[in-house]
Amino acid sequence: MDTVEQLATREYKWGFVTNIEEDAFKRGLSEETVRAISAKKNEPAWLTEWRLTAYRNWLKMVEPRWPNVTYPPINYQDIIYYSAPVQAKKKTMDEVDPELLKTYEKLGIPLEEQKRLSNVAVDAVFDSVSVATTCKDFLEKLGIVFCSFSEAVQKHPELVRKYLGSVVPPNDNFFAALNSAVFSDGSFCFIPKGVKCPMELSTYFRINAADTGQFERTLIVAEDGATVSYLEGCTAPKRSTNQLHAAVVELVALENANIKYSTVQNWYPGDKEGKGGIFNFVTKRGKCAGANSRISWTQVETGSAITWKYPSVILLGDNSVGEFYSVAVVNNFQQADTGTKMIHIGKRTRSTIVSKGISAGRGNNTYRGQVKVLKKAQGARNYTQCDSLLIGDRCAANTFPYIEVQNPDAKVEHEASTSKISEEQIFYCKQRGVSTENAINMIVNGFCKEVFRELPMEFAVEAQKLLGISLDGSVG
Amino acid sequence: MLEVKDLQAAVAKKPILKGLSLSVKAGEVHAIMGPNGSGKSTLAQVLAGHPSYEVTGGTVTYEGKDLLAMSPEDRAKDGIFLAFQYPVEIPGVSNSYFLRAGYNEIRRHRGEPEVDVMDFNKLLKEKSKVLHIDESLLNRPVNEGFSGGEKKRNEIFQLAVLEPKLAILDETDSGLDIDALRAVSDGVNRLRSKDRAFIVVTHYQRLLNYIVPDFVHVLSAGRIVKSGGKELALELEKRGYDWVKAPEAAEAR
Ligand SMILES: Nc1ncnc2c1ncn2[C@@H]1O[C@H](COP(=O)(O)OP(=O)(O)OP(=O)(O)O)[C@@H](O)[C@H]1O
Ligand SMILES: [Mg+2]
Repeated sequence: MDTVEQLATREYKWGFVTNIEEDAFKRGLSEETVRAISAKKNEPAWLTEWRLTAYRNWLKMVEPRWPNVTYPPINYQDIIYYSAPVQAKKKTMDEVDPELLKTYEKLGIPLEEQKRLSNVAVDAVFDSVSVATTCKDFLEKLGIVFCSFSEAVQKHPELVRKYLGSVVPPNDNFFAALNSAVFSDGSFCFIPKGVKCPMELSTYFRINAADTGQFERTLIVAEDGATVSYLEGCTAPKRSTNQLHAAVVELVALENANIKYSTVQNWYPGDKEGKGGIFNFVTKRGKCAGANSRISWTQVETGSAITWKYPSVILLGDNSVGEFYSVAVVNNFQQADTGTKMIHIGKRTRSTIVSKGISAGRGNNTYRGQVKVLKKAQGARNYTQCDSLLIGDRCAANTFPYIEVQNPDAKVEHEASTSKISEEQIFYCKQRGVSTENAINMIVNGFCKEVFRELPMEFAVEAQKLLGISLDGSVG
Repeated sequence: MLEVKDLQAAVAKKPILKGLSLSVKAGEVHAIMGPNGSGKSTLAQVLAGHPSYEVTGGTVTYEGKDLLAMSPEDRAKDGIFLAFQYPVEIPGVSNSYFLRAGYNEIRRHRGEPEVDVMDFNKLLKEKSKVLHIDESLLNRPVNEGFSGGEKKRNEIFQLAVLEPKLAILDETDSGLDIDALRAVSDGVNRLRSKDRAFIVVTHYQRLLNYIVPDFVHVLSAGRIVKSGGKELALELEKRGYDWVKAPEAAEAR
């Protein structure tokens, strides 16, 4: 059969499990669990209290029901909230468990010095802890702090205390509150005044243990005139049960600072019947706190059974700029409800939203975006472009733009389109010698061009390949 | 080169081709004429392997192989090219990127090394000059926003780049202005060679003044009802189709 309708299997090649001894908590969540996590990490009392307050708030909150996704109820007492390789973090790479090094190498992220991608520093997070961070010493000389969150709590408590929760308050939403209570690790980046980070900083998140939730916390602060480009990647083993990943990412850009945050999200999406896969419920927000600052989110979302995330920018400083470039792919039974929020507060603030949703199989893809211009945001501008591409007849695409403008001088533009890869297009390509698979790839990559252009060069090619793999078998 | 025997084909269960036979040798140009709806495009699509057209009988042999058993992309790689009556738009994919993908697939199939962007762009430049194709069209998305005439020209441009063995032109002359018609015909004539054959579907004898055919066939109600030399086109122009129409087509009026 040769129809655009037909689905076949696809392979998730990151689905292996690492056999390594892990130190894990018992299932379940209580104040005791929160205290135990905090104690494991030897945290100061204020942070333990901070977690507990978040936990108590969370108990009073209800899970959001408004996203356009469906899933069975999550039993929060059935999740393991902490799991870490017994042989945890070591000072030098030579001391890191070879099993772990092998794992990252297999994932295409070699950590040993001689094999590393040039010009990229990596923080490797395995289940609940960071197991290695590369290029730390080199960055330190420039005054840049790039380390695991746990390490930052020990070494730079004043910075953590100042900025933690300053963009995403612990009671912001149900999943953010949960994360604030039980977060285990993540990355911390601090770029001091006037420093342009000379290399890409990246974190690679890996879920390995079964039935474990991953609750990571990332905090990036760029001081006046600082510039940084950061990238995160994520994968998980194939498992028939769902796993929860509820992260919080906070970005703070002070005057004239520039933060570029890219995500290539490739969590296990579940099998072709829709069994298993990661629930990716994430809160990501940046604050352009200073004038002329800029925060840019670029995301390529190919994995997860369910994606629920809205990387947003609060445009507080005058003339600040917020950007959101997104490619979200759903195939088989995947669901995504993703988009952004741009909150214009400062004068002449500008934002750009480019969202490309691709739906194949029985996938359900929703763009949800909010543009809010407050009274004082004189001269604010927003441009939103929201395109959907359908492959086959059983998938769906939805667009929910929310626009709220309180300043009459503001200019907000919204464009949307929906197109379909037709049999005629495929046949036309085949008649020129191009196979169905390559034809789809070509069309999809063309569709996503404006977003891929925003990715750091080293990763743009990866992202293209990934897209090819996640749509593999989406047509017969 | 191509041997079509008693070919029968249906679309959406409706029989369209009802026993069509045609023999094309390398180096020949065959013109196919016939009233609207007689099955000309159907023949072209069946030869190219369009999945909506179901072959219900007959055989097609191409260079000794069973053409009907081959996938559309293999047919293309083996040298069959169809200039579409309605070329398809592919947003987001540049014309030059698209063509290079096809070009390299064909080369790989022949065991030849792939051509890189630089060399390929050189080739495109040369070919676009010959065919008077505006270079800006090369970097625009395939056929998107092209005028009707530009689309047709682009088909012939692709033909010139891919250099197939058997080219099927489905009403490439429709919608072309006089200059474009000349440029397109020039392009085709330049490609005529003893190794290459053309099947040219047209409604207008005017095209055949430029591309002079070796044979002219009249298709009516899914069958070839008359064949002749180039003078047949002139006669059709004068007398219309009624005198050659298949009896069932005549009755249907
Ligand atoms: N997808 C389809 N579904 C139903 N009928 C079709 C389809 N495609 C073609 N037909 C019918 O098949 C018959 C032959 O069509 P075809 O396009 O081959 O004619 P043609 O000779 O190329 O005509 P024209 O000169 O108008 O281009 C027509 O009656 C047409 O309506
Ligand atoms: Mg036709």
